[in-house]
Amino acid sequence: MIFELLGVPPQALFGQLLLGLINGAFYALLSLGLAVIFGLMNVINFTHGAQYMMGAFASWMLLQYFGVPYWGALVLAPLIIGLTGIIIERVFISRLYHLDHLYGLLLTFGLALIIEGLFRQQFGSSGLPYTNPLPGGTNLGFMFLPWYRGWVVVFSLVVCLATWFMIEKTKLGAYLRAATERPDLVQAFGINVPRMITLTYGFGVALAAIAGVLAAPIYSVNPLMGSNLIIVVFAVVVIGGMGSILGAIITGFGLGLIEGLTKVFYPEASSTVIFVIMAIVLMIRPQGLFGTPK
Amino acid sequence: MSGTKSKDMLIFAVLMAVMLVAPFAVYPVFLMKVLCFALFALAFNLLIGYAGLLSFGHAMFFGFAAYISGHTVKVMGFTPELGILAGVACAAVMGLVTGFIAIRRQGIYFAMVTLALSQMVFFFCVQAKFTGGEDGIQAIPRRALFGIFDTANDLNFYYVVLAIFAVGFLIIYRTIHSPFGQVLKAIRENEQRAISLGYAVDRFKLIAFVLSASLAGLAGATKALVFQLASLTDVTWQMSGEVVLMTLVGGMGTVFGPIVGAAIIIWMQRGLAHLGEWVLVIQGIIFVITVLLFRRGIVGELIALGNRFSGKKADEAPAGHAHPAE
Repeated sequence: MIFELLGVPPQALFGQLLLGLINGAFYALLSLGLAVIFGLMNVINFTHGAQYMMGAFASWMLLQYFGVPYWGALVLAPLIIGLTGIIIERVFISRLYHLDHLYGLLLTFGLALIIEGLFRQQFGSSGLPYTNPLPGGTNLGFMFLPWYRGWVVVFSLVVCLATWFMIEKTKLGAYLRAATERPDLVQAFGINVPRMITLTYGFGVALAAIAGVLAAPIYSVNPLMGSNLIIVVFAVVVIGGMGSILGAIITGFGLGLIEGLTKVFYPEASSTVIFVIMAIVLMIRPQGLFGTPK
Repeated sequence: MSGTKSKDMLIFAVLMAVMLVAPFAVYPVFLMKVLCFALFALAFNLLIGYAGLLSFGHAMFFGFAAYISGHTVKVMGFTPELGILAGVACAAVMGLVTGFIAIRRQGIYFAMVTLALSQMVFFFCVQAKFTGGEDGIQAIPRRALFGIFDTANDLNFYYVVLAIFAVGFLIIYRTIHSPFGQVLKAIRENEQRAISLGYAVDRFKLIAFVLSASLAGLAGATKALVFQLASLTDVTWQMSGEVVLMTLVGGMGTVFGPIVGAAIIIWMQRGLAHLGEWVLVIQGIIFVITVLLFRRGIVGELIALGNRFSGKKADEAPAGHAHPAE
């Protein structure tokens, strides 16, 4: 009845909400990676969008060239892309830690341009299709739920919560959090902080690659898929503040939902709504919803 | 200080003298493009080089002012000077609003906020009617300047653009050497200290931001009339990245660096245009090399080299190691 009131058929509403939730899952995975990397390295990883795109391409190539199915790619692609992240950190980013953070941003921006340019050169700007590994779906009465979309939401939620658990509740996470606060002191306790930083960067990149693999069957695999997304994710990060892991997850999913709702009720604003929210949050709570004022 | 000032003015005079005769050797439209981007980079440099604020969204002022000048001249029949003024006014207002929002965060967040806001402007331009969507505003007429001076001719318009560039340069030069500019540098070096000295830091940042936005708008509004085209390209984040690259390559926080950087990048883009996507890759490589190997940029390195030769103590390096810490 409420749907008649709103003048929107429930199928359309829930369909958009689900799509919003999926986008939210990508926002959450990407902003989580950004937050983990920023926490330890004080670098905003502009290459993150390109690494998400590389994740999607890795799964496409694994299937196309080596016949590795989706489920294999879901494990292999993040490992491969995470490894390239480790190389990037060792070769380039590690040289900038003693400098202003802005240089890290500029360097990773340059790297993003290189990666994106190479993929565009190789694959063109039009998308490559990736077959849905979980075709079909089920009718829930109020909406049709495609299996794959449900899988994306559940799986990314599991990955996000596992990351949260690892960082907040395990010994390894305790080292990580300690090194975020006082790297020198943690180093003095005999923990190899530079190696930890390298692995953390690889881990953050792998999270982006997971998002990319998940996105491949939904959106076409496209060299440009990351660059527009990463700017939205920056806004998500500003809204949430990078202080809290759980905060990044909640903000990501929440904003995805809001974006989905906007698509139903005021589609003209759907591409800008997150930026508007960012502006409002900056006016009211500059440190972000979950950030701590400094 | 006055020594460097007179040296700067000498360099500027030589530059202007060269530019006065340059169109007889080089295609004027190319020179006008360089001048517009040089002004754009100078405006950007005012923020990063002297206030330590990295704006990753300056394309919004450049591109939106281009739309405004294109629209007012083509549809509303404005003369070029009025069209450009309208573009600048719009950029100034946008600068005031976005600056007010963005200065609430510092450092890296400032960069992300400006980038996000400019993406919002981009989406607005995609949807708005007057921008012409994917087509942009094409065939913007070059009306007579002040209603009398013919600008349809490229050579004539070149001198108008050169005059605009000179005015923009002198405004920026005057600003950075004024007491206001000194306060900006103090904020760049140590914001907490500037606050404790009683400066209304946010107000200084906002004024600098509005000034920079207006001048970026001046560059964009002029560029629209040069190419008789205002399009989405000028509002994209790639354009924001390009002006960062130009300034970085030329030398952040140097007086002439942005001009050198703009000239090099524009020249490179023209020379490599046939390579297609590789241009993007090459720009990325230049970014990486500059950040890793010569952060002071070309002019910054030359100044450092000159200082070493003359045995002077290394001058406080330009923004090279500014620390707008969060």
